[in-house]
Amino acid sequence: MAQTPPSTPNFLLRLWRNEGSRGVIIQIVTMVVLFALIAAIARNVVVNLAEVGKEFSFGFLVWPAAYDIGFSPFIEYTNQSTHLRAAVVGLLNTLLVAVCGCVLASVLGFALGIMRLSSNWLVSKISYVFVEFVRNVPVLIHILAIYSLVVTLLPPAKKAIDVGAGAFFLSNRGFYTPSPVFEPGAGLVGIAIILAIVIAVVFRRWAKRVQDQTGKAYPVFWISAAIIIALPGIAFLAAGMPLSWDIPALKGFNFKGGMAIKPEFLALCLALSYYTACFISEIVRAGILAISRGQSEAAHALGLQNNRTLQLIVIPQALRVIVPPLCSQYLNLTKNSSLAIAIGYMDITATIGGISLMQTGKEMETMIIVMGVYLVISLIISSFMNWFNQRIKLTER
Amino acid sequence: MAQNQAKQAYAAGAHPDLPPPVRTTGPVGWIRANLLSSPLNITLTLLSAWLLWSIVPPVLNWALFDAIWSAIDRKDCWAQMDEPRAGACWAFIRGSFRLFIYGWYPEPERWRVNVAFVLLLLAIVGVLRDNLPGKKYWLWFAVAFPFIGAWLIVGGFGLTPVGTQKLGGILLTVIIGVTGITFSLPLGIALALGRRSKLPALRAVCVIFIEFIRGVPLITLLFVASTMLTYFLPPGSTFDLLMRVLIMVTLFSAAYIAEVVRGGLQGLSSGQYEAADSLGLTYWKAHRLIILPQALKISIPGIVNTFIGLYKDSVLVLIIGMMDILGLGRARLNDPDWLGLAPELYLFIALFFFLCCFSMARYSLSLEKKLETGHAQ
Repeated sequence: MAQTPPSTPNFLLRLWRNEGSRGVIIQIVTMVVLFALIAAIARNVVVNLAEVGKEFSFGFLVWPAAYDIGFSPFIEYTNQSTHLRAAVVGLLNTLLVAVCGCVLASVLGFALGIMRLSSNWLVSKISYVFVEFVRNVPVLIHILAIYSLVVTLLPPAKKAIDVGAGAFFLSNRGFYTPSPVFEPGAGLVGIAIILAIVIAVVFRRWAKRVQDQTGKAYPVFWISAAIIIALPGIAFLAAGMPLSWDIPALKGFNFKGGMAIKPEFLALCLALSYYTACFISEIVRAGILAISRGQSEAAHALGLQNNRTLQLIVIPQALRVIVPPLCSQYLNLTKNSSLAIAIGYMDITATIGGISLMQTGKEMETMIIVMGVYLVISLIISSFMNWFNQRIKLTER
Repeated sequence: MAQNQAKQAYAAGAHPDLPPPVRTTGPVGWIRANLLSSPLNITLTLLSAWLLWSIVPPVLNWALFDAIWSAIDRKDCWAQMDEPRAGACWAFIRGSFRLFIYGWYPEPERWRVNVAFVLLLLAIVGVLRDNLPGKKYWLWFAVAFPFIGAWLIVGGFGLTPVGTQKLGGILLTVIIGVTGITFSLPLGIALALGRRSKLPALRAVCVIFIEFIRGVPLITLLFVASTMLTYFLPPGSTFDLLMRVLIMVTLFSAAYIAEVVRGGLQGLSSGQYEAADSLGLTYWKAHRLIILPQALKISIPGIVNTFIGLYKDSVLVLIIGMMDILGLGRARLNDPDWLGLAPELYLFIALFFFLCCFSMARYSLSLEKKLETGHAQ
C-alpha cells in the first residue's frame, strides 16, 4: 500500500532540476569562468609587460609629443607640446568633423529623402540611384576617392580657383575663406546675442501661456527672429562695427591669411556626410510614409491650414519615427570619422591611437584612452536618444 | 440635321468603347503625370535633365568611349589616347586582375582557390534556393563549407600549406566576409538570448559586452587585435594576425546582430512565450520551435543589413596593413608604371562592392516578401 516514493535522484541532480537553483548555479559558473579568464589575462599582461620591460602607467601623457599636427583650429599646438595636448587636439578635431558631418548629412539626407518621395519620376529616380550606389560601397572607399579627387583634380595654390569675390579660393592645399578678426568692443555684440536669445525664449514661453489661457496666438517665429537679428545688429552699430575680415591672398606658393580648410578635412567631411545622408534619407522616407494620410486629412477637417498641419500634426509624429534611428546614424558617423587615419586627418585615433602609440610603445594605455573617448561620446548620444524617446513617447490612455 | 443626329444614335448599351484620351494614357499621359504635372514639376524635370546631361555623358565618355583597354603601362595608355586625354586606362585593372583576385597565392596552387570559390557559390545556392532536392544536405554542406574552404586555402592535411600572409585581394575580402557572416549569426543569437535572460549575472555580462563593442569603432578593435592582443595570451605564444582579425570582426558584427535579433524577440507578443510554456516546452525547445523562427523572420532585414555592413567594413583591415582588395589596389597605385590611376581603381573596387552588397539587399527584400505570412489586411 505504501506508494513507492519517486526515485530520489541525488542532491546535485535535484538542485539542477529546480529552476531557481539552476539559475543560481549557471550564474555562479559564468562568473567563475569570467573572473578566471580576466585573472588569466591580467596575469599574462603583467608577465608579458615585464618581459619586454614596459610598465603600465599614464605618465607618458606629459612627455613632449615631438610630432606635428597640421590642423589644430582651436588650441595652440607645437611639437614641443605633450601627448595629452595632442590627444585633446585629436579629440577636438574628431568632434569638429563629427558636428560638421552630422549637420551636412542631415540637410542632404532630408533633401534626398524628400526627393525620393517626389511625384516627379526623374527626381525620385535620381535620388534612388544615388542612394543605392553610395550606401552599397564602403565609406573608406568614398573617403579615399574624394581625397584623391580633391588632391589631384584641384589646381595647385598658384592657379587656385576663385569661387567668390576674390575672397574664397579652392586649391589642392584646401579651401581658403576670409576669417573674422574681432576688435575691442566685439564682446558687446556677443552679450547682445546671448541677451537676444534669452529674450526670445522668455517671449516664446509667455506667448504659449497667453495662447493656452486666451487662445490669442502671436506670430512667435517672426517676432523671435526679429529680436535675434535686431538686437545684435544695433549693438554692432553702437560699438562702431568692431569686426574686420582677414582675406586670404596668394604669397609665394601658398595663401597667407584667412582661414584654411585643409583638403583632408574637406574630403573626410564630404565623404562621411554624403554616405551617412544616404542612410538618413531612407529613415526620413520611412518616417514620412509612416504617418497615414488620415492624419493630415483629419487636421484639414479641423480647419488647420497646410503649414499648421505640417507643424502640429505631421512633423511631431514623423519625428517620433525618425529621431531614434537618426541618432544612431549620428553615432555611426562619429565612429566612422576614425577612418580619418587613412588620409592623415589628425583625429583622436590618428594622434593618440596612432602616432603617440608608435612613439611611446604604450599600446595598452593609448588604446584605453581612445576607446574610452568613443564610449563616452556614444553614451552621451544614446542617453540623449533615451531622453528624447521618453519625452515623445505615445501616452496611451 | 435631324437625320445626322439619328445616324450617331446608338441603342442603350450598344455604344462601342471609345479609345482612352491620348493625353491621359500611354507614354504621353505618363510623361504628363510624372514629369510635367505642375510648373514646379516642370522646373524640377528641367533641372534634373540638366544635371544628368552634365554628369552622365562625360562620365560615360571617360569610362567607356574614350577608355583604353589594353596597354603595357600608363605611358602607352596615354600614347593611344587622343589629345585631351580624358579617358580611363582600364589596362591597369586588366593587368593586375589576377593579383586583385588571388593576392600572392602561389601560382601552382591557385586551383584550390578556384575550387573554394565554386564550393562557396554552391553553398550559397544551397542555402538560398528553396526547391532543391535534399535541402537538408545542402544546409549541412553550407555549415561545413567554412571549414572545407579553410582547409583548401590554408592547406595542411595532404595539401601544401600556404601562409596566411600570402592571402590578399578579393580572396581575403571574401574570407573575412564569409567567416564573419557564418560565425557572427550564432554568436549574435546567443548574445541576444543572454541579454533577455532572467539571470541577472548572465544578462549583465551580455549587456556590457554588446554595449562596449557597439560603442567603439571597428578600427580601434582592429588596432587592439594587431598591437595588443599578444599581451593577453600566455607568454611566448603567437597567434596568426589573420586569425586575430577574423575573431575581432566576428565579435564586432555579433554585437550588432544581437541587437537586431533582440528587436525581433521583443517584437513577438508575449502570448507566443506563454503558449510555448503552456505546452510544457522547455526553454530550448520553446526557442527552437516557436520563438526563434518567428523572431528571426522579423529580423531578416536587419540581419542582412548587418551582414552588408560587415562585408563593407572588411576593407578596414588595410589600415592595420593587411592587403585586401583595397590595400592591394593602393599598393599597385604606387607602381611607377601606373602612377595616378586612382579613379579607375576606386571605381573598379566600388563596383565590386556594389555588386555584392546590392544583390544581398535585393535578396533580403525578396525573402521578406516571400516570408510575409499575410498579417497585412
